[in-house]
Amino acid sequence: MMTSKEKEIIQAIEEKELFTFAQYDAEAAERTGYSDYSYWRSTIRVFLRNKTAIFLLILMTSLVTFTFIQPYLPGQKDPITIHLDPNTGLQLRNHPPDKEFWFGTNSIGQDLWARLWSGTRTSLLIAIIVGIWEIVFGTFVGAIWGYVRPLEAFITEAYNVISNVPTTIILTLVAYILRPSFQTMIIAMCSTGWLGMARFVRNQIIIIRDREYNLASRCLGTPTGRLITKNLLPYLVSVMVMRVALSIPGTIGWEVFLTYIGLGLPLNTPSLGNLLNEGRRVMGAPALRYQLFFPAVVLSVITVSFYVLGNAFADASDPRNHF
Amino acid sequence: MLKYSLKRLLHSLVTLFIILTLVFLLMRLLPVEGYYGERADKLTPAQKEAILRKMGLLDPWYVQLRNFYLQLFRGDLGVSVTYRANVPIKEILAAKIPYSFAFGVAALVLSLVVGLAMGIHMAQTKGLFWDKLWTTYVVFVNAVPGAVYLLFIQLYGTSVTRLPMLFDRYNVLSWILPLISMSLGGIAGNAMWLRRFMVDELNKDYIRLARAKGMSSRAIMVKHVLRNAFVPLAQYLPASVLFTISGSIYVESLYSIPGMGGLLVTAISRQDNPLVQALVLIYSSLGIFGLFLGDILMAILDPRIRLERQGGAR
Repeated sequence: MMTSKEKEIIQAIEEKELFTFAQYDAEAAERTGYSDYSYWRSTIRVFLRNKTAIFLLILMTSLVTFTFIQPYLPGQKDPITIHLDPNTGLQLRNHPPDKEFWFGTNSIGQDLWARLWSGTRTSLLIAIIVGIWEIVFGTFVGAIWGYVRPLEAFITEAYNVISNVPTTIILTLVAYILRPSFQTMIIAMCSTGWLGMARFVRNQIIIIRDREYNLASRCLGTPTGRLITKNLLPYLVSVMVMRVALSIPGTIGWEVFLTYIGLGLPLNTPSLGNLLNEGRRVMGAPALRYQLFFPAVVLSVITVSFYVLGNAFADASDPRNHF
Repeated sequence: MLKYSLKRLLHSLVTLFIILTLVFLLMRLLPVEGYYGERADKLTPAQKEAILRKMGLLDPWYVQLRNFYLQLFRGDLGVSVTYRANVPIKEILAAKIPYSFAFGVAALVLSLVVGLAMGIHMAQTKGLFWDKLWTTYVVFVNAVPGAVYLLFIQLYGTSVTRLPMLFDRYNVLSWILPLISMSLGGIAGNAMWLRRFMVDELNKDYIRLARAKGMSSRAIMVKHVLRNAFVPLAQYLPASVLFTISGSIYVESLYSIPGMGGLLVTAISRQDNPLVQALVLIYSSLGIFGLFLGDILMAILDPRIRLERQGGAR
C-alpha cells in the first residue's frame, strides 16, 4: 500500500514527466527480438584475434603444403637413393650441406633434404590417419557409451581395463606382437588413441542428453540414431577439431618414441623418428650435428604449431569467449 | 568411508584380474622364439618342443592360465630366458628398482615443488609477462616430444657446463642432468593444471564474497584457491609415486642409468618373453593400484566424492 505521502508526491508530478511516448525505432525493435549471433562466425572472429595463432597457422599451412608438393618440384632427389662420390666411386657419407645437397647427406650417402620431407610426409600421414580414427571411432564409442544406458557398465569396464595399463606398455606390446611396419605403427596407436576422445564425448553427451529439447524429441518418437547425430553431435564438432589438432603432436611423439626403442618403421621408410634416430647416432661429432638439427627443427615447428593452434581453437570455440 | 574404500578395492581387483588374464592370453600370441634362449638356431625341432613342453606351453590354455595364477600367488615371477639366462626375474628387478626409485622420487619432489610454484605464479600474474613466459615453456614441453628436447639437453648440458655425460653412482654431479631431464615434463604438467584450476576457482562467486568481506588476497589464495585447486591434482599423486619405480625409459637409457626404465625395451629386443610378461604385469598393477589410492585420497580430501553415486569412468 502506498502511503498518503507518496500519493501526494506522485500527484504533484505532472503527467508528462511520469510518462512519455517513445519514438518508434525500427532498429531497436529488431535488436530485442533478433540476434545476429552465429556460432562459427564468432568462433572464427575470436580465433583471428589471436596473432600467434594466425602466424602459426600460416607457417604450418605452408610447411604442410610444401611437404606434400615437394617431390613434384623440379630438381628434387630421391630419399632412398644412395649417392656416390664421383671421384672415388664410394658412398658420399656425411657430406656437409652445400649447393648440391642442401641439408647434406647422412651416414650412408642419402640426401637429407629429400629424406626430411619424405619423413615428414610419413609422420604426418600416420598422425592424420590416427587422428581421423580418433574422431570416428572415439566419437562412435563415446556416443554409445553416453547414450545407450544398458551398455554403459560394460563399456566403462572395458575403458577402465585399457586405460589402466600405461600407454607405453600397450604400444610396445602391440608393436612387439605384430612386427614393426607402417600398418603396425598405425594399429598400435589406434588401439589407444580413441580412449581420450571416447571419454570426452561420453561426458558431454551425458550432460546434454537429458536437456528438455532432447526429452521433447524423444517423446515425439525420434529414433536414437537420429537423436545422436542431429541433436547431440553438432555440439561436439569444435571439440573434435581441437582434439585432432592436439593428437597430431602426440602421435608424432609416440612415433619418435617407438623408433627409439627399436619398434619403429623399417629403415628404408624415412620418418621423423627414423631421421632423429640417425641424427642421434652421429651427434657425438659436432660437424655432423646438422643431421640431428634439421629434423629436430622441422618436428618442433610442426608439433608446436598443431598444439598451439588446437588450444587457440579450443578457446575460440568456447561460446563464453565470444562476447 | 570404509564401505566406499572396500567397494573401490573390490572393483580394482576385478579390473586387475581382467587385465592379467588378457595380458596372459596376449602373451601366447608372442613369437615362441622368446622361450628358447640364446641357442635358438642350433636346436632341433624335437629339442624346441621339449623346451616348450617343460615350460608348460603346450598345455591347453586354461591349464596354463591356472598354473600362471598359482605361480603368481606364490609370488614367483618366473626366470629370465635371454636377458640373463635362468636368473629369477625377482632378482633382476631387485637390483634395478633402487636406482629408478631414487631418481623417480627426487624428480617427483622437484617437479612438484617447482611445478606448483610456477603454477601459482602463473595464476597470480595471469595475462602478464611472467604468465606468458611460463606458458611458452609449458607449451614447448607439452608439444615437442621429450625424445627431441632431452637429447639437446644432454648434448649441450654436457658440452656447456662440463657435467658428466654418463651416470656414475659415486659422482653426485652426474645425477644433475638426468634429474632435470626427468622433471621437465612433470613441472610443465603440474604448472599448467594448477594454473587452470586456480583460474577456474578464482572466477567463482565465493571468492568474490571472500573479497567483499575483506579477506586479504594472500589469505584467499592460500586458504581457498590453492586448497581447492590442489584437490584434482592430488588424484594423480599416488600413481606418480608408484610409477617412480618403473623409471623413465628414455632418460635412463640416455644416461646409462642401470634402472628399470630400459628393461622392458631390452627384454623386447632380446625377445625374453617371461621378462616381458612380468614387467607388463608389474606396470599394470602399479597403474591400477595408483588409481585406487588416488580415488581414496580424493575421497578423504573432498567428502562430496564418496557421497556421489558409484560408477562411471574417471
